[in-house]
Amino acid sequence: MLTLTNACIIDPEAGTETLGAVRIEDGLISEILPASTEGIDCKGKYIAPGIIDIGVKIGEPGERHKESFRTAGLAAAAGGVTTMVTRPDTTPAIDTPEILDFFRRRAADASPVNVLPMAALTKGREGTEMAEIGFLQDAGAVAFTDADRPVTNPKILQRILTYASASNALVIAHVQEPVLSNGACVTSGPFATKQGLPAVSPIAERIQLERDMALVEMTGAKYHADQITCAAALPVLERAKAIGLNVTAGVSIHHLTLNEFDVEDYRTFFKVKPPLRSEDDRLAVVQAVADGLIDIISSMHTPQDEESKRLPYEEAASGAVGLQTMLPALMQLVHGGHMDLPTLFRAISLNPAKLLGLKNGRMSAGAPADLILFDPDAPFVMDRFKLLSKSKNTPFDGRRMQGKVLKTFVAGNQVF
Amino acid sequence: MFTQRHLLGIESLSPQDITEILDLADHYAKHNLKQNKHLDVLSGLTQINMFFENSTRTQASFEIAGKRLGADVMNMSMQASSIKKGETLIDTALTLNAMHPDLLVVRHPHSGAVKLLAEKVNCAVLNAGDGRHEHPTQALLDALTIRRSKGRLHRLTIAICGDIAHSRVARSNIFLLGKMENRIRLIGPKTLMPSGVDKLGVEVTDNMAEGLKDVDVVMMLRLQRERMDGGFIPSEREYYHRWGLDPTKLANAKPDAIVMHPGPMNRGVEIDGTLADDINRSVIQEQVEMGVAVRMAVMELLARNLRKSKEEATTC
Repeated sequence: MLTLTNACIIDPEAGTETLGAVRIEDGLISEILPASTEGIDCKGKYIAPGIIDIGVKIGEPGERHKESFRTAGLAAAAGGVTTMVTRPDTTPAIDTPEILDFFRRRAADASPVNVLPMAALTKGREGTEMAEIGFLQDAGAVAFTDADRPVTNPKILQRILTYASASNALVIAHVQEPVLSNGACVTSGPFATKQGLPAVSPIAERIQLERDMALVEMTGAKYHADQITCAAALPVLERAKAIGLNVTAGVSIHHLTLNEFDVEDYRTFFKVKPPLRSEDDRLAVVQAVADGLIDIISSMHTPQDEESKRLPYEEAASGAVGLQTMLPALMQLVHGGHMDLPTLFRAISLNPAKLLGLKNGRMSAGAPADLILFDPDAPFVMDRFKLLSKSKNTPFDGRRMQGKVLKTFVAGNQVF
Repeated sequence: MFTQRHLLGIESLSPQDITEILDLADHYAKHNLKQNKHLDVLSGLTQINMFFENSTRTQASFEIAGKRLGADVMNMSMQASSIKKGETLIDTALTLNAMHPDLLVVRHPHSGAVKLLAEKVNCAVLNAGDGRHEHPTQALLDALTIRRSKGRLHRLTIAICGDIAHSRVARSNIFLLGKMENRIRLIGPKTLMPSGVDKLGVEVTDNMAEGLKDVDVVMMLRLQRERMDGGFIPSEREYYHRWGLDPTKLANAKPDAIVMHPGPMNRGVEIDGTLADDINRSVIQEQVEMGVAVRMAVMELLARNLRKSKEEATTC
């Protein structure tokens, strides 16, 4: 039994921040008390449900030089992420129960935090043949996605959604129209024009979301859009929710805290997928999270080694690490007055848990004791070489940030 | 005074820098008419021309400029070499750096690649065109041509016509002519107008007759068919009909307006062949001539800054 007392407890379900104590027994939260005379004194710092990060890329199998379960797990623990929901865009792709089984065993051996794997939606993520959704579900896949590759052919996607809806499988899609997005590495506009980089209009996101919403309406599938990053897509999402489709949406920490101008002189650490948007889009998306229209925030943790980033902007790999930078980056939104802490944890803990049917993400008796203790105000300067990920590709290097994780518990055990 | 170590683009230059370069280039333009053109300004220095993209005229121009100033010039055609073997740009840069060149002239198909390379070498780097980003010496030679023809480089109305979207020449010219306080009009089909370009301090129109009204300078751009990955225009004949420069459309400009083209030209696509050859209107040949002079000037200034920084490094 463990008690954490004198803490400010964030309850995303109730939307409250209250001073009290949390009692942990057998890996579960057993009781929330107004105060306790025994246990660890948290000195008024904040306790919240651990982050559930949907869309973490781990380099295993295939790219272990970029990230392993061990390094990702350590970074997650240090970043307050207690559950990594992993992407199947590995080499080879996680598209059979056999590979999934290997993946789960490696995860259990090496990671100090929970790992829930997603599996590929189509074989080899090629968008042509459906993966074995049933077998993969039995083997423990919590969702199905081709990661950053949309299924181009609507006939194939329609069949997959129909099949998936019958087994109540969650489909996660990347909503960027692939023909328009092909080759683009920035968002079109004055910045792209000045830098002479191939660009895509945010309309590519709206078009793809519109198409997918029509297919979801037709098939009744359970659907999550991985990243909604622009104002143009928001009315589509709003309408889909209003007519009762089983639809949720996410956004990455980078699209909430950075804009296209951060790329400056071809800084490849800022190259992400979809590309960073205008400031107007960023603010619209922040507001959508605060309003609950966008349900989930992810780090979209994508480790890339120096070699794949030290290239001309067009040739450089996309993606940024985020497990450890997620909380401080998001604190910027809290300190900036865009949302309060319970709203933030609704988007990074409670909603992901609900989407995946987990009991986590809640601050009530009976919920798993996956908890973080953190100081939302502690200032520091981000040094990328201090990150625990094997790859250090963060766009926040050198940035003044606030928010430090002090302790992380997974099932009541301290892992950081 | 021009103090930069590299010439990567026009965007970072001040109007004073531009004037200094053009004044020196003017001097070299006169010098280039002499029988004996050889000078020792760059004597003992090594210049490497590294072209990752095909070029005849720009490469020749840089080579002649370097040789006239006494540099040892070497040409490397990168398309045929180690890039094919999988070497990265940075490794190529480091390999070259170890050979101690003083001036590196680089053209690359990707925007920003020349800057990336400049970060890794000790010598002065000259951008000879990077992707759709910048082509600074082209803008400088255009400016010199205009200044010599019009007697000034400010308060002129200048039309830049055609394929703006794929053109690094257009971007460099927009920066340069804007800095010198000229009125710039971009004319071309909307499909070839990059998004948000109107926020760069220019007027935009898709009507040639309207756009050319009372302009002092008409800059035509090459239709970059090799960079197009889809239908931007229905056909070359329709393009020529609406946006190709012919005497009728040119009649809207001022009677003494000059016609420019960075070359190579697609005759009968963006410009009427006879008009291009009309010595009363076209300054296309003079542009090529000024190209050598401008490149001599830029290389001299960069070599001066390079020497200065080396002296400073040895004294302290």
